[in-house]
Amino acid sequence: MRFPRRGRAAVAVGVAALVAGPFVPVAQAQEQGPVLRVALVQEIDHLNPFLASFASSTMVGRMTWEFLTLPSAEDNTPAPGLAESWTTSPDKLTWTYQIRDGVKWSDGQPVTAKDAAYTFTRIMTDENAQEANGTYVENFESVTAPDDHTLVIRTKTPQASMTALDVPIVPEHIWANQPDMDNPATDEVPVVGVGDGPFLITEYRPNELVRLKANPDYWRGKSQVGELQFITYKSAEAAVHALQNNEVDFVNRLTSTQFDTLKNADGITTNQATGRRYRELILNHGAQTLSRQPIGDGNPVLKDVRVRQAIARALDPQTLVDKVLGGYGQTGGGIVPASFPTYHWEPAANERYTFDTAAANAQLDQAGYPRGAEGTRIGPDGKPIELRLLGRASEDFALRASDYVVSWLGDIGIKVTKQLVSDNEVDERTNNGDYDLAFSGWGTNPDPDYILSKQTCAALPAVPGSSSSTAFFCDPEFDRLYAAQSTEFDQATRADLVKQAQARYYTQVPSIVLDYDNVLEAYRSDTFANFPKQPANTGQIMEQSGYWGFYGATPAQGGSGGGGGLSTGAWIGIGAGIVVVLAIAGTAAGRRRKSSEDTE
Amino acid sequence: MTNAVSTAAAELDEPRRGTGTARFLLGKTGEAIASLLLVVALGFLLFRMIPGDPVTTLTRDRPTSPDQLALLRERLGVDKPLYQQFFDYLGGLFRGDLGSSYGYNRPVATLIGERIGPTLLLVGTATVLAVALGLWLGVRAAWRRGSAFDRTQTGLALTLWSMPQFWLGLLLLVATQGVFPSGGMRSPDTPPEFFPQLLDVAHHLALPCLTLLAVIYAQYMLVMRSSLLGEMNAEYLTTARAKGLREDLVRRRHAVPNALLPTVTLVFLQFGLVVSGTVTVETVFSWPGLGLLTYEALRVPDLPLLQGVFVVMAGSVIVMNLIAEVLYRVLDPRVRAQ
Repeated sequence: MRFPRRGRAAVAVGVAALVAGPFVPVAQAQEQGPVLRVALVQEIDHLNPFLASFASSTMVGRMTWEFLTLPSAEDNTPAPGLAESWTTSPDKLTWTYQIRDGVKWSDGQPVTAKDAAYTFTRIMTDENAQEANGTYVENFESVTAPDDHTLVIRTKTPQASMTALDVPIVPEHIWANQPDMDNPATDEVPVVGVGDGPFLITEYRPNELVRLKANPDYWRGKSQVGELQFITYKSAEAAVHALQNNEVDFVNRLTSTQFDTLKNADGITTNQATGRRYRELILNHGAQTLSRQPIGDGNPVLKDVRVRQAIARALDPQTLVDKVLGGYGQTGGGIVPASFPTYHWEPAANERYTFDTAAANAQLDQAGYPRGAEGTRIGPDGKPIELRLLGRASEDFALRASDYVVSWLGDIGIKVTKQLVSDNEVDERTNNGDYDLAFSGWGTNPDPDYILSKQTCAALPAVPGSSSSTAFFCDPEFDRLYAAQSTEFDQATRADLVKQAQARYYTQVPSIVLDYDNVLEAYRSDTFANFPKQPANTGQIMEQSGYWGFYGATPAQGGSGGGGGLSTGAWIGIGAGIVVVLAIAGTAAGRRRKSSEDTE
Repeated sequence: MTNAVSTAAAELDEPRRGTGTARFLLGKTGEAIASLLLVVALGFLLFRMIPGDPVTTLTRDRPTSPDQLALLRERLGVDKPLYQQFFDYLGGLFRGDLGSSYGYNRPVATLIGERIGPTLLLVGTATVLAVALGLWLGVRAAWRRGSAFDRTQTGLALTLWSMPQFWLGLLLLVATQGVFPSGGMRSPDTPPEFFPQLLDVAHHLALPCLTLLAVIYAQYMLVMRSSLLGEMNAEYLTTARAKGLREDLVRRRHAVPNALLPTVTLVFLQFGLVVSGTVTVETVFSWPGLGLLTYEALRVPDLPLLQGVFVVMAGSVIVMNLIAEVLYRVLDPRVRAQ
């Protein structure tokens, strides 16, 4: 391996350039306010708000386009957005929103009620535009804008979620020029960069970066954060590392181990928030289609509600929270997580399925499932009861919790086999009803309508395999309570109905809500002092149902904020690297010369 | 690696050697094209066997009506019979159209085109360094066979070779605490001028490149070592020494060139494979290349994208194989004469 002389000269020039590099002026002055750099572990599917469905993408959308109303930072109750105020007709079928005056799109055009009408109408009439927010408009009869400041929405039946329409309102004059929602150009800055939210998209490098700048004309006032950068990290470990090295200011979706590590780190503050997801074990109690055709191969023994209740009694969710989640979660009650206290339901002490193997055994004895020779209970078909437990092999929780479930159910004479498979296989098999028990979970909104609707008969799949309801729950009593709450406009009465529906779900056990995972986040408190949480004090900062967390962030005293090129450490590292390279090259050249002299 | 196709005639009939080479090239290219077709067909079938209906996977966690599902099926072309889909795919392939990605909603060819640059930069740099380091260490180790240097270097190479890239990458990340960036290829705030950008990319490249280098240099070293060991007792070396040449020259001028052949082949063969080997490294360091694209495509799973990446990767292995075979013939007269 010889280095030709010319090559050596080139190396020398290259090294000189590398050495000179650091003296090129790097950081421009941050006149606009500090940069907030956020590690994004989840990918962006689309920036087009009609298509964006990943949490990371909808979060970017929330920053860019204002909503009619949005959940408040304090307690998730509806707060004004583009709509200053709203009224409903006595029959609850007509909603009139007063659109704020003086709001401008970032290209200078005024924001009017016509933009809102256009947005909703586009979703209602263009099938390709329904991808992300189609459910909100399903029940809409018409949307009109009689003048620039009035928006009128008529619904087919009363709809209680009209003050929680999670739909970004986009500028008509931009989007009307985009006839094809699938056109990749709808993900590019010239289209998605025009907004009226607290931040505006200025740069998008897929899988690398989304850059937003504070909107100087934002109607609530300009954010103290001058620039917001979402920087992609494909491995959570690398994101944590980036936070420790001051390459980013904010990370979320931490594991309990990562969270514990960061807890004691200098200059870093952690946030343990009540989550918006519930985790469950679904029991295949008779998967069926909308036309009540049974599908799948679930074990018929689970059709017996006493068996399902006994299974609920045999499990110890607290142990799962402690041992598997490292303590970062709350054990579950209803399907509305504890972070939405208005609608959250907890069973009373005497209704709760407390962990009690003896009681579970007694219930199964009483229900007529005697134990066979090997201790396994015998089903009505005379065969031992054996259940399959489906879980995602990619998910740490499923891997670890499945062993507990196998052991707990073993104690009540039910033999369980673990089936940890790919995400796809889990989806396919749960959609087709080809399972007995499966780990699952859902994210929920501040308004409980959507999550409850997933458990109604109407959510049963029209054809096997379509994914609208995984638990296949269909119960007339639950449906009645669901329908009653969705047309009830008195919040206290509605909350009561929502709780009753959850109680009904709980007694029927189509699934067992195991816990509500905590959301674990961490930020550099040496650069940013404070982030508003949603709900206040206990909630999360990133991926809120709003933009409060990043919009209201305040820079730390004396902190310069992030950004500004490479850190001093980095430059020292580069310098050290160059010295090493030079040393090696020098030694090699020296040796080479010596041996050349010998021979020539 | 047999190429007995036309060599017998070439050997007997010296003046017709040019024709022999042409025929050899033609034959080899034909074989490569046949392999490529087989790969395309296999890839097509393989990705159809992955469990999960692409349409329901795409609409996961999202309420969809049967009409919407049907529309989506039609748009993705998965409502057609399998053979029809295959011919459509093949037809597109000839036009350079690899289909459209489900997940990104963009042409697969464009997506791959965007990502191949960063991967080539990463893999190319790592391969060049690994070859240089591997050959150098391999020669030294063989020449001082059984010495402490040989034993430690062989041991070290084997240890690194057997290390999971993912783990090694994380280890390096932690060990170099703060010196190198934790991920990505560029910092958001580097000025757009050439040198700062170059420096920034080089800075980001260092760790992933080092990880890849640490894992792949071993094979070059070990092959070089063993093939040089094979030459060490050859008589021409004794002759060279008898002429009074210095040991250094005997090694560099006589032994190494003869031992280089298997390594050169290996470089080309591995270069094809290494593209897929970067999946883990690119994932650890969020390097926006083909490996990362594959990883994301697998998670959805995005069939057209997976298929496209598969064809490009398999194609690169086949092309590199072809180059290696041709090169073998050029480098070694013995192969030509077989």
